[in-house]
Formats: sequence, structure tokens, C-alpha cells
Amino acid sequence: MTDVQPFRTGDTPLPDIVILTHKLTRDYDMGGEVVRALRGVSLQIRKNEYVAVMGPSGSGKSTFMNLIGCLDTPTAGEYWLNGQKVSDLSDDELARIRNKEIGFVFQTFNLLPRATALHNVELPLIYAGQPARQRREHAARALTSVGLGDRMDHRPNELSGGQRQRVAIARALVNQPSILLADEPTGNLDSATSGELMQVFGDLHRQGQTIVMVTHEHDIAAHAARVVTLRDGVIATDQLQAA
Amino acid sequence: MRFLEAVRLALQTIRTQKLKSGFSLLGVFIGVASLIGAWSIVNGVNRYMTEKFAQTLYGVNTFQLRRRPMFTPNVPDSVWRSWARRPRIRFSDAEALSAGLTVPVITAWQSSDNITVSYRDKQARDIELTAASERYFDIKNLRLALGRAFTAQENRAGAAVVVLGDAVAQRLFVDRTPLDRNVRIGGIAYRVIGVVERQGSILGFPLDRFVVVPALSPAQNLVNPPGILDAFLVKAQSEPEMRVALDQAEGIMRSRRHLRPRQDDNFALDTSEGVQRFWAGISRILVVVLPGVVVVSLVIGGIVIMNIMLMSVAERTREIGLRKSLGARRRDVLRQFLAESAAIATVGAAFGVVAGIGLTFLIAATSPLPARVSPASILLGVVMGASVGVIAGVYPASRAARLDPIAALRQE
Repeated sequence: MTDVQPFRTGDTPLPDIVILTHKLTRDYDMGGEVVRALRGVSLQIRKNEYVAVMGPSGSGKSTFMNLIGCLDTPTAGEYWLNGQKVSDLSDDELARIRNKEIGFVFQTFNLLPRATALHNVELPLIYAGQPARQRREHAARALTSVGLGDRMDHRPNELSGGQRQRVAIARALVNQPSILLADEPTGNLDSATSGELMQVFGDLHRQGQTIVMVTHEHDIAAHAARVVTLRDGVIATDQLQAA
Repeated sequence: MRFLEAVRLALQTIRTQKLKSGFSLLGVFIGVASLIGAWSIVNGVNRYMTEKFAQTLYGVNTFQLRRRPMFTPNVPDSVWRSWARRPRIRFSDAEALSAGLTVPVITAWQSSDNITVSYRDKQARDIELTAASERYFDIKNLRLALGRAFTAQENRAGAAVVVLGDAVAQRLFVDRTPLDRNVRIGGIAYRVIGVVERQGSILGFPLDRFVVVPALSPAQNLVNPPGILDAFLVKAQSEPEMRVALDQAEGIMRSRRHLRPRQDDNFALDTSEGVQRFWAGISRILVVVLPGVVVVSLVIGGIVIMNIMLMSVAERTREIGLRKSLGARRRDVLRQFLAESAAIATVGAAFGVVAGIGLTFLIAATSPLPARVSPASILLGVVMGASVGVIAGVYPASRAARLDPIAALRQE
């Protein structure tokens, strides 16, 4: 991306920038040896962009994902999410950001096995402090929107892989987050189901959802409008591609 | 996440993991059940001893002048021998006390022995014959179901009249009225003038197998030599007045017996305290031992819960990571696991309460012990059970709360 204003320390991002990282660095101390997983990643993502993050293993894409998802804090650099500087927030504030601003979709779905689809989707609303009735209404609406209105009382083991991933998407979207953050969302799905899922992502994108998706599959990344490739903890390429 | 949410989640987890939860609530269950059971027994017997036993034997604010104490557990032979050498209580002692006590009291003479009472061809054996003065009924709080007690005049005149205990009346007269019939006591005819209300039993001993005759009536000779009585009963209106009367009685008796200051009393001034002291000794042992049992089982229960919660945290690491990624704060996770262990312990305590009540009823039904469930013990049991759960849950819950969401999510 070349058409954004360069960011300097002390600036605030433009209003239509959802994600802004500035010289984002993350070091790990592995028994005395410092591993530099990210070495200064600067990136801006606008509202309603559909970005795929690619890179070989060890490139730092998981670390980048964790930082973007507010599951981790950077060693140095800035991270602005939706106009708010989140790189120096406390644990509890990060939890609130994860709850309100970020919808996670994991490779392994991460549904609670003993809870119904409805309860799984309700989880973020519980931590948002919504009253029970409102919660159920919202969760039911989210499940219906992913085409699982008739599967609300099923447990994950009564659902197919694709259905489980759609429950996970409903859960990710139920709080109307600023970004949908997907970590290898098709990693556990066959190619037909993967295709369906990409359809769902495409629809969401068209409805205005900002999506960041980490993947190592080129044909999955091909669905995104922009592909960012990481290598050795820095951005190697950042390209727009035709839809 | 609000408190109610945490409790609901906890109960849901318990429901889905019945076996594990069942084991973990066993310790608290046993602790609370034994707490309530033991408390009920001690409490029941305590009330019984202080309210019924002591008062039936002695009466409220009452003391007795006797040759030796009436209730004498664990007395060595040498003491018995010294008691047997003591002079007996004489009518003149009783009269001197009646004249000498300055606080308002009511008094009665009493001599008792076991005899046989008969009516026509029916006999009631092993009946306690009490030769007493007329205020005996007031002091012992004996109310009459039929007829009347004897009067002061009848007592002084040594009239051959008798008041029957309920069991004696039942035995000799079944359902006919005993009033104005003549029963025979030691070959002497006594006219029945009253029947005392049923007294029931105490620790399995029947309390209705007695007859009461005037202290100076002919049957006195069946019980004691002339001029001798077993006990002189003094009832004051209050505890402090009884203390004063007790001191005065001691002074009067010591001077009558010509005891020098360094000599011990050679008579007994007996109060219900002796019995209560004896019981207090037993209940002190129980009060020391039983909480030990309770504490040990609660501690074990707590350790079991803690271990199971640690297992549960380890098993559900991914779930914790997921919840954190969805916005659960540390305190949400902490609360979830604390509520879970508190809920397990409270459910255990609730079962323990039920079992404790059951145990109490079982004891009350199968033994003469009047065990009664104390509401305080239920409250204490539940509170202690829940606290054990919370305390045992603190460490596992704080471990869960501190989990790093990234590491937790990565765990298989």
C-alpha cells in the first residue's frame, strides 16, 4: 500500500484507518537467548479492507496475529486499533478490547464442546455484561445470519466441520467487532468447505466488514483484496490484487 | 461476568462432570454431616441434662442437705467409707435449718426407699416410696392429675394418705379411679388422695414409679430409723438467694456438728451443679474431639477439591485461553473457578446437612439420647462447607486466571 500518509511517532492515525502498526517489534527471551520474532512492522489497514497475511513458518506471522489480536503486547513500537493506542494497555483493558473490537476465528474452531451452538455464540456477550435475554436474541440472530438458525441447540460434535466454523464466525461477529481476525480458518476444512467459507468471508467483506486473515495457502489468500507477506519478522511484500 | 453467571456456569460444569464432582464433594459432605450429627447429640444431651435431668432430680434453685452427695460418679472406696462414717441427717437438723435460714425459701423433708404397693390382689413392685413433707410437690414441680396433695396438717398428724405416681395408679387401678381407695404399703392401709401427672422417663429410667406419703406417717419407719431423714430440700426464689441460703445452711450445720474451722464438712449440700459438672466434663471431651473430626474431614475435603480443581484447570486450559481471547478478564476467570469450587463444596455441604439431620433422627429414634438438630449447626455447616470450597479454590482459580491466552490456546 502506497497511498497512505506515512506515520510518525507522536501522530494519530487518520479516522478511516482501523489497524495501524508502527515499527512493531516483539522479542522473546528463550532461556537467555533473545529471539526477534518481529523486527519493526509498519502497516496501515483501512476500514473494510480484506487482508491476507502470509509467510513461511518462523516469519513472525503468528506473533503479528497475536499482537493484532491484543493477545500479546509489543516489545517496542505502536499499535493503534480503531483510533485507540492499544500497545500500552493493561491486561484487563486488552480483554475489553478483545471483547468489543476483535472477532477471532481459529483454525481449530475452539468451541466449548459441552455447550450448545447458541451458548458458544453467547460467550463474548457474557463478558460484555449483556443481560441473558438480550444475549440470547443477539446470539440467535448471529447464528441465523450464518445459516445455522435451525442448529442452535446442537453441540459441536453434532455439527459438521463447516458448520462448526460457521458457529465460530457467528461468535466472532456477535459483538460487531471492528475487525474479523482469522487464523488459518480453512486449516481443518476440506477444499469444498473451504470454498464455502471463503464465500462467507467474501459476503462479509461486501457488507463492510474489515477482515484480516492469516494463512499459508495461496489459493485461500487469493480471495483477499490485499496480501501482506512477512519474512524474518519484516514485511517482504504488500500487494493489492484484483478480486 | 456477574456472580449469578458464574454460579450458573459452575452448576452446569458439575452436572456435566457428575462422577468427578461426586468425589470432590465427599469430604465436605462427611465433614458437614458429622458436624451436624455431633452438634445435635451434644446439644440435645446438654439441654436434657441441664433442663430435664438436673431439674427433675433436684429442682430449680434448690439444694439438698444430705449425708453424702446424691450423684457420685467415680468415687474411690476410701471416700465412700468416710461418707458411711458420717452422722445421718436428723429431724432436728431440718428444724434448725427451717428456723435459721433468713432468705425466703420453701423446704421439704424427704426419705425414700423401694417397696411394694398393693391393692387387693394386685401388686406394684419396686416402687419408690417417698416420705416427704407437703411442700415436696412444689419443690419437685409435681402437678396433680387427679385429687390433691396432702396438707401441712395431714403431714404433721402423720395421716395415712398417699399420692400415687402415674405408673403405680395405672398398674393397680388400670382405668378405674384410685381416689379414696385404700392401698397397702408395708402392711399399712393408705387412702389414695391424688395421682401425679405423667412424668415420662429420663435416659430410659421411668419417672412415674413412685408414691409419696406424709413424712411423719407410719411408712416413714419402712424407710429410715426414727428421727432420721435422707434429705432436707431447700428451694429459694433465685440463684443468688439460693447461694445465701446455702452458706447459711453450711454455717448452721457446722455449728450443730461442732466442726472446727480446719475440719471438712461431714455433710453434703447438694445442688444440680454436681450433675451438670459431671456432664460438662463429658461434653467438654466431645467438644474437643468432635470438632477435630469435623476439621480433619473438612481439610481433607478441601484438599480433594483443590486437586480436582487443579486437574480441571489443566484440562480446560484451552477453554480458559478461549474465554480470555473472547474478552474474559482475569477476575472473570478467577470468579468462574472460585464459584465452581464453592458450588461443589456447597452442594456437598447441602447433602451433608441432609445426612446430618437423618443421622440425628436415627440417633433420636434408636437410643434414649434426645438428639435435636440445631439450626445454628446447619448454618455453620453450610457456611463452613462453602468457605472450604472458596479457600480450596483460590489457588487453582488464580492459576487459571494467570494463564497466558496465547499459550493456553496453543495447548492440545
